[in-house]
Amino acid sequence: MDREISLVVDGASHAVTVDSRTTLLDTLRERLGNTSPKKGCDHGQCGSCTVLLDGRRHLTCLALAIAYDGSEVVTAAGLGADEPHLVQRAFLEHDGYQCGYCTPGQVCSAVGMLAEAKQGHPSHVTEDLDAAVELDDAELRERMSGNLCRCGAYPGILAAVRRAARG
Amino acid sequence: MTEQQTRTISPRSIGTSLDRVDGREKVTGTASYAVEHADVNGTAAPLSLWLVTSTVAKGRITGVDASKALAHHGVSAMLDHTSAPRLAQTDNAELAILQDDRVGFRGQVVALVLAETSEAAREGAALVEVTYEQEPHEAELREDNATYRPDKVNPDVETDTDEGDVDAALAAADVVVDQTYRTPYEHNNPLEPHATLAWWEEREGREVLSMFDSTQGVHGVVQALAPMLGLENDQVRVRAPYVGGGFGSKGEAHAHVMAVALAARTTAGRPVRLAVTRQQMFSLTGYRTATISHVRLGAGRDGRLTAIEHAVQEQTSVVREFAEQTASPTRMLYAAPNRRTSHRLAQLDVAVPSWMRAPGEMPGMYAHEVAMDELAVACGLDPIVLRERNEPDLDPETGKPFNDRRLLDCLHRGADRFGWSTRPAGPRARLEGDWWVGTGVASATYPAMRQPGNQARVTALDGGRYEVAIGSVDIGTGARTVLTQIAADALEVEPSDIDLAIADSLLPSATVAGGSSGTSSWGSAIVAAAQLFREDHGAHPDPGVHTTASAADDPAAEDYAFHSFGAVFAEARVNRWTGEVRVPRLHGVYSVGRVINPRTARSQLVGGLVMGLSAGLFEESHRDPRFGHVVTQDLATYHVASHADVLDVDAEWLEESDEVFTPMGSRGIGEIGIVGTAAAVANATFHATGVRVRSLPLTPDHFLDA
Amino acid sequence: MRALDHRRPATAQEAVDLVARHPGATFLAGGSNLVDHLKLGVASPDVLVDVRRLPLDGIERVEGEDGAVLRIGANVRNSDLAAHPVVRSRFPVVARALLAGASGQIRNQATTAGNLLQRTRCVYFQDVTTPCNKREPGTGCSALEGYGRYNAILGASPDCVATHPSDLAVGLAVLDATVVVLGLEGERRIPFDELHRLPGDRPGADTTLARSDLVTAVELPLDPDVHRSTYTKVRDRASYAFALVSVAASVRMEEGRTTDVRLAWGGVAHKPWRARRAEAALAGQQITEDAVRAAVDLELETTTTNRDTAYKVAMLRNTTVMTLLDLAEEASR
Repeated sequence: MDREISLVVDGASHAVTVDSRTTLLDTLRERLGNTSPKKGCDHGQCGSCTVLLDGRRHLTCLALAIAYDGSEVVTAAGLGADEPHLVQRAFLEHDGYQCGYCTPGQVCSAVGMLAEAKQGHPSHVTEDLDAAVELDDAELRERMSGNLCRCGAYPGILAAVRRAARG
Repeated sequence: MTEQQTRTISPRSIGTSLDRVDGREKVTGTASYAVEHADVNGTAAPLSLWLVTSTVAKGRITGVDASKALAHHGVSAMLDHTSAPRLAQTDNAELAILQDDRVGFRGQVVALVLAETSEAAREGAALVEVTYEQEPHEAELREDNATYRPDKVNPDVETDTDEGDVDAALAAADVVVDQTYRTPYEHNNPLEPHATLAWWEEREGREVLSMFDSTQGVHGVVQALAPMLGLENDQVRVRAPYVGGGFGSKGEAHAHVMAVALAARTTAGRPVRLAVTRQQMFSLTGYRTATISHVRLGAGRDGRLTAIEHAVQEQTSVVREFAEQTASPTRMLYAAPNRRTSHRLAQLDVAVPSWMRAPGEMPGMYAHEVAMDELAVACGLDPIVLRERNEPDLDPETGKPFNDRRLLDCLHRGADRFGWSTRPAGPRARLEGDWWVGTGVASATYPAMRQPGNQARVTALDGGRYEVAIGSVDIGTGARTVLTQIAADALEVEPSDIDLAIADSLLPSATVAGGSSGTSSWGSAIVAAAQLFREDHGAHPDPGVHTTASAADDPAAEDYAFHSFGAVFAEARVNRWTGEVRVPRLHGVYSVGRVINPRTARSQLVGGLVMGLSAGLFEESHRDPRFGHVVTQDLATYHVASHADVLDVDAEWLEESDEVFTPMGSRGIGEIGIVGTAAAVANATFHATGVRVRSLPLTPDHFLDA
Repeated sequence: MRALDHRRPATAQEAVDLVARHPGATFLAGGSNLVDHLKLGVASPDVLVDVRRLPLDGIERVEGEDGAVLRIGANVRNSDLAAHPVVRSRFPVVARALLAGASGQIRNQATTAGNLLQRTRCVYFQDVTTPCNKREPGTGCSALEGYGRYNAILGASPDCVATHPSDLAVGLAVLDATVVVLGLEGERRIPFDELHRLPGDRPGADTTLARSDLVTAVELPLDPDVHRSTYTKVRDRASYAFALVSVAASVRMEEGRTTDVRLAWGGVAHKPWRARRAEAALAGQQITEDAVRAAVDLELETTTTNRDTAYKVAMLRNTTVMTLLDLAEEASR
């Protein structure tokens, strides 16, 4: 069943026709030509398709586009449209990637994660749930664990996110 | 094209951490991977392809009903074995899909669905009804069915070896370790699925097939496909500008590439794209066989080995043979006068196994290095001392001297750095809070390989710039960056003066990005072309002049055995209640020749360590023998290491240069990080708990009695 | 042609009526499980009734007949629930359970009700090429003699050995939560323990809800007494993995003895397993390793295991001991 929806992607408004089964990921990649979010597993198990959706980090492979009519999407391409974002510069500096396929998702996830931490969201490894969040390495690793990297660039990614967390 | 004897080049850019030349594209996601290429061959958007795969493990197809699929909105066509284009050759049965009604394994491609969108293709594929006449199948590797002796094992080495009298030496040995070690099926799982975009067109009266493919070798895909499709090699063009990891699984073309080629042949020039689903990757894109290693070590009380036996049982597919060289490292690692190795396979009705990072060395060294740890315990020796006592003077396999064997240097450097000397001798000596703490070590080794068949072309451009062209592929290793550095140093210019052209089969021929041979093979060709270019055209060439060359082997290379070495140190913590294992420290020290780019090299070696850690702790594909396919066929049930699992993982290397092996002095670094790593972790868990686990992965259930 | 319609009703009642009217309709909330199932072919609805934007996203204190409750809207995101200050301070077991599940991204998407109603991750349930009684009644259970690492050891039937995958559900099980449900007959309240069911000979039904019942909220009693609670999850990977076993516990102690102890297990049954026999054995007792072991073993008398699941007994016993010892120490501070 086709329906037209509207999306703002990386600052640009789009009207796009999608099937009710079309995911936000396929809408971005195959309808709008924005292949910055990657399809690694298509089942919410790798994090490669992460974008900022209405301001929060979000998978796009498990989101039906039709349910997100009117939403705003920011991809890693949008984050680095003019100059690389602070997080992207840190990934470059610390070689937080190899093949690059999980990287845009890692970048968006890191941006969203740092915002969550700023809002005081706890994590699985937060010892005192009532205390303010301190982003030590264990916290950063846990909070980034929804983004798999098969190249094993985790130490570089950690260094990059640690750098970005300092601001 | 000329074969050029190369001279060692002076490192200028080599040895520096030049930024990745493609970094910005990667961190923004604007680098385009295979099916992300838009606007090819005219304006029509590509059709989406979906694979329909068999739901029986063995038998024949009796019917394919596509009526419901074709009625689905957006579905345009279905191809099966009765309607797909015929192939000119079918020798490679893995690639010869849709040519007959036979089913050789569960998950085999039995039909193709083409549609306007990927979701329509997926729905259409689900609506295709295939009926089968099922036959009994065998899909379980057991000790009693792994009896077939292959002629050779991968890549082309002896199946069995036998020197001296192993049985007599074992009978006479003071100390014997006699154990069986098992590794599970493992899947490469690069994050970018195998994906291909292809279209056919006519050029100058000839059919031409063009592809963007996620592959480790564009020329290899051409060579595999062209003859099967009845084409000359120059009628197929394959490009792979960005590849989202491969780890061996993209080393050879698999069936999906042929599926796209066949489907695109029916669409009158309209491009066809396919991304294999993550689930289908568990059947169609290669994997590492499970292995059973029967290891017997005989030694004197001083730990000196008198006999080594490594009898391997593993499996292959009846569809196409692949025999993992699991006992291969056992043939050269330690000195012993009596040694026997063998490989026996079960021939199963299963998906086709293939290369996965360090085929042979990974499972083989796991078994061998855990056995060595057991021998150290049995002899009451420190594991490093045991290895010192078994250091050979010559390569035990070939009898040649090693060009540069620095295993002990790696062990000693790593021991210093890791603080090995403070290690308690016995197991189960440290309990910190709820965690048993221990440390382990293992050796690593990987053969250094330079592949024949590489050529590079150097062309002078305006303004003192040079185009350097070779059809190699950067699968994330940093090849695009390090080849730029090699080219710059070989031409004695700045890296910024190099326009590197890679990843296109129209470029000079390059071998696969695999076997840790890429940089050595391609880099040597680039050096050859650059040096010949300078000889022919001097320091101030006219724009447009060019030279193509390949590198001749160093005649001295015949006299040596070339291997890289390393030592892996792991600290393991095992929760005394839950059995969960954490690895707070994992350090590798490597002897790999000269490191071209410390930044990308560190990422390569650390990436190997992480994959070895992942194999050690988590990875296991569970095949259900009743059905014949892997049922843990996604990334939720096939666990690979996550951020939270990777703590202090680091790699360093010895300063050295192997100038006999390559003119750059380098040897290759892609595989060695995964070798020995699982053994080091396993040995650390034994030291922590006193529980010796002889199978991978080291999941918590093994340690509940600890 | 497999058409799939998408409707966005304006009210919860309209949503219930829509699903009731269309036999092939199903609710769509966060979608993190349903969209997965659409692609796998595990679910094939013809109408998606999208409730994601219904205003069921508040967390508020409500004075009820039996005292105050914290009312959590069905659409509250898992991450927002875990971050809520009252949840963190009063119901750490809820925050801990949520944070032990999935990933940051998925917790931003998944809803409270959706989390409770997610379906098993049994590999055969998710693979439509294999028999599964839960997916297709009467076809047989592939897991019974197949890959069994995540199978149930308590309350399973010959028809189904699946486990419920939710962490949150295990946490809520020890809080005596109430599930607020809107049905064709209006609103009703279900004790949490009665939401999920054991498979018996109808493994297709995960819960006691009717097809058109919509969970609108979960209510947690705001007991004036402070209970210490926590959640421990054991998994193969340190993060982003389903439980091998998990333990939710809530304890109140006075003078070194329990005055209230509640225990629930995840990863072992078709529903969160409230370990009431173990609780009874620990009532009024000191929490010692031996006492907990004995209590757990009492609860585990009815366990059925095979080669693949045998480990769960020791893992569950050990993990329960560890969790309760830690909690008792915290409660006595």
